[in-house]
Amino acid sequence: MNPAYVNHEIRNAIEIRGLLKTYGETHAVAGVDLEVQAGEVFALLGPNGAGKTTTIEILEGYRDRDGGTVSVLGEDPAKAGLSWRNKIGIVLQSNNDAAEITVEEILNFFSDYYVNPRNVDEVINAVGLEEKRKSRGRELSGGQRRRLDVALGILGNPELLFLDEPTTGFDPEARRAFWDLIRGLRADGTTILLTTHYLDEAEALADRVGVINNGRIVEVATPATLGGRDSAKVIVRWSEGGHMKEERTDSPTELLRSLGARFVGEIPELTVSRPTLEDIYISMIEGEA
Amino acid sequence: MSTFKIGVSRGNLEIRQFLRQRESVVFTLLFPVLLLLIFGSVFKNTIAPGVTFSQYFVAGMIASGLLNTGFQQLAIMIPLERDDGTLKRLRGTPMPPSSYFIGKILAVLASMVVQIILLLFVGALIFGVHLPTDIGHWITFAWVTLLGITGSTLLGIAFSSVPRSGRGASAMVTPIVLVLQFTSGVFFIFNQLPSWMQNVASIFPLKWLTQGMRSVFLPESFASQEVAKSWEHGRVALMLAIWIVIGLVLALKTFRWERSR
Repeated sequence: MNPAYVNHEIRNAIEIRGLLKTYGETHAVAGVDLEVQAGEVFALLGPNGAGKTTTIEILEGYRDRDGGTVSVLGEDPAKAGLSWRNKIGIVLQSNNDAAEITVEEILNFFSDYYVNPRNVDEVINAVGLEEKRKSRGRELSGGQRRRLDVALGILGNPELLFLDEPTTGFDPEARRAFWDLIRGLRADGTTILLTTHYLDEAEALADRVGVINNGRIVEVATPATLGGRDSAKVIVRWSEGGHMKEERTDSPTELLRSLGARFVGEIPELTVSRPTLEDIYISMIEGEA
Repeated sequence: MSTFKIGVSRGNLEIRQFLRQRESVVFTLLFPVLLLLIFGSVFKNTIAPGVTFSQYFVAGMIASGLLNTGFQQLAIMIPLERDDGTLKRLRGTPMPPSSYFIGKILAVLASMVVQIILLLFVGALIFGVHLPTDIGHWITFAWVTLLGITGSTLLGIAFSSVPRSGRGASAMVTPIVLVLQFTSGVFFIFNQLPSWMQNVASIFPLKWLTQGMRSVFLPESFASQEVAKSWEHGRVALMLAIWIVIGLVLALKTFRWERSR
C-alpha cells in the first residue's frame, strides 16, 4: 500500500465526495463534500430537513446512498462489516427501547458485543447515572435516557463517535457535564461527529463546524471564523439622550475613545459585542432560503 | 465473544424482559391454561370411545401453544422493537444479526417449555389426560414439537415485517391465530367441520400440528376418527417442513431493522 495513502487514511476519519440521496423527487442530500479529521470534534449544523440526519445515517451504515463516495475509518459504510462497527459508536436521535431493563443491565449485556468495551461502572460514572443504575429504562427522565444513549454509544471504546443531537432535554448543568465528557473523549483521541441545534454547544465543543442547508454544505470553518465572524464588524451600543444608539465598526477601540471623550464618567449602558455563532448561522441559513 | 455466546446473552436479556412485562406473561403463558380450564369444564362429553373433549382440547392447545409462543409472540414483539428503536440500536453495534435471532429462539423455547408443562400438568391433573408411557409417542412428540416451533418461529419473524406499526401488530396477528385455532381442530373437533373449511385449514400448519399432537396424547383407536382415517405422520412432517422452508425464505428476504419510511 502506498504510504501516502496510509497517512491520508489516518488524517481523515471521514471522507465524503459528491454524496447524493434522493427520496422520490426530493434531494435530501444534493452533493455533499466533507472531511472530518481523525481526532477532531466536528459539528454539523443545519435546520431541520437540511440533510443532517440523512448524511449521518449514511455514514453510520443505516442508509444507502444514490451517488458519491463515502469512506468512514477507511471503509465504505454500505459494505463494512461487524469489525468496522466495533470501532464506531452511535447515539441516534431518539429511542424508547429498554423499557424493562436497568441501566447497568443493558450496559453489561451490550458490552458482550464489543471486542474491547469500557468498564461499565466507569461509563455509568462518566454520564452521571450512578444514582439511576438500578432504574429501568421507562423510569428515566428524558435527559437521563439521553445519557443512557450516550453511555451505550461510548461503551465500545469507539475511534469515531456519532452524536445526533445528544443534549436534547438536558438541563444546563447536565449539558455542562456532557461537554466535559466529550472533551475527555476528545483528549483520548476519539473523533466525534456531532449534530446539534445549540450553537453554544457547537462553539464550546467543536474544532470545526460545517453548515448544511438544502442538502448542501454551505461552509466549513472553525467556530471563530465561520461566515467571516472574526472579521465582522463589532457592534457598540450605548444610551445617549434617552435613546439607545448602535454603531457597527471595524475599529471599536477608536470609537470607544471618542465616546469616552464625549461623556463625563461612564458611557451609559455600554455594550461591545461581536456577532455570536448563532447570529452568523442564522444569517447564513436565511441568506440561503 | 462468539455469535452463539452473544445469542445466549441475548436470550437471557429477552427472557428477563419478557418476565418483567406482566401483560405478556399473563397473555402468553396463562391465557391458554385459562382457556383449557374453561373449555375443559364446560365440554365434558365423550367424543369417541375413551376420549373426552378435554383430552382432545389439551392436544389442540399444546399445538396452538407452539403457535402462540413462536408466531404470535414474535410477530407482535418484533414490530414493537422496530418502533421503539431496539432493532436500530442493535444494528449499530457489532452484535452479529444471527445472535439476535438465537436470542429470540431461546426466549420462544423457554416460554414454550413453560406453557407445555402447564398445559400437561393441568390437563393430567384435572381433565384425566393420559401422558404417553412409551418412548415411541415421546419421539413423535419431540419431532412434532421441533418442527412446529421451528416453523412457528420463522413464520413469526417473517410476519413481523407485515404490520406497519408496533401498535397495530397485535390487532393484526391475534385474529389470524384465532381463526386458525377455530378451523384447525383446537376449539372444534376437526372431523365435524364442513369439508371446505377442513380443506382450507389443511393448507396451514396448525391443522397438521394438532393432528400430530393428537397422535401423541389420544389413544391409537382415535386414528380412525381422523379425516384420513390415520394420523398421517408422513404428511404432518412434510407439511411442517414446507412451512419451515416458506418461513425461512420469507424471514431472510423481508426482515427489516427499521420501520419503513
